[in-house]
Amino acid sequence: MSEALTFHFDVDGADFTSAGQASVQVKKNLRLLGISPDIIRRVSIAMYEGEINMVIHAGGGEADVTVTEEEIVISLRDHGPGIKDIDQAMQEGFSTASDRIRTLGFGAGMGLPNMKRYTDHMEIRSELGKGTDITMRVNLK
Amino acid sequence: MTVRELVEKAPFKAAVLPDPDREITGVYIGDLLSWVMGRASGGDAWITIMSNVNIVAVASLADTACVIEAEGVTPDEEILATASAKGVNILLAEGGAYETAIALSKLL
Ligand SMILES: Nc1ncnc2c1ncn2[C@@H]1O[C@H](COP(=O)(O)OP(=O)(O)OP(=O)(O)O)[C@@H](O)[C@H]1O
Ligand SMILES: [Mg+2]
Repeated sequence: MSEALTFHFDVDGADFTSAGQASVQVKKNLRLLGISPDIIRRVSIAMYEGEINMVIHAGGGEADVTVTEEEIVISLRDHGPGIKDIDQAMQEGFSTASDRIRTLGFGAGMGLPNMKRYTDHMEIRSELGKGTDITMRVNLK
Repeated sequence: MTVRELVEKAPFKAAVLPDPDREITGVYIGDLLSWVMGRASGGDAWITIMSNVNIVAVASLADTACVIEAEGVTPDEEILATASAKGVNILLAEGGAYETAIALSKLL
């Protein structure tokens, strides 16, 4: 693998019952590339949490996953409402999810903390009324 | 113990078993999906009462050995078909999470 490989996904915000398709596809692609199971698990969970957040909180968005010899980079972009207080959103248990979302098992306020835990580096940029950009990196070396 | 052996020895029914030779290495109980993704380990038997389609993605991505639906909960046919296609084992237990965990504890 000498060149970077990039996978692009449009994440549909309309139907969160099928949400997670991009993450499931990434898992498959990484398996074909021979990435180790532990790394695949970390990348797919982090991406799924981000994907679900875009669907639930931002009406959908876009995702790019880049694989190089050194690292896997997951970039998520949405044009949703943005995050008012990122430090607060990063705390375990903080959630603004609706009751309807909670009946599905989401809304524990653990998604962003999981994304941080399972990746080596995570950066959030968000502007109210404009949207949210999240970049996560997992080292391969 | 593999998931197939568990079905043979425990009072659980197999709803779908696309990956019967998967080894069970632990147990996690929980219904909040982000807790499961944050705390379950790969290879765990995941005991839950959640039965919507998102459990299939969570089980697949968190790489659990199987999902065990407690309290007699049975997912819809459509969800079972998705699980089957994604290689996610789903078992059904009549008892609650506690009884289910005890049955597992005796066997693991
Ligand atoms: N892409 C996003 N756009 C707008 N707000 C977001 C976005 N992602 C997260 N948030 C805000 O941050 C909060 C915390 O997110 P987090 O993923 O940790 O928890 P959750 O999605 O509410 O619940 P869980 O992930 O446990 O199911 C959310 O409730 C929401 O208010
Ligand atoms: Mg979340």
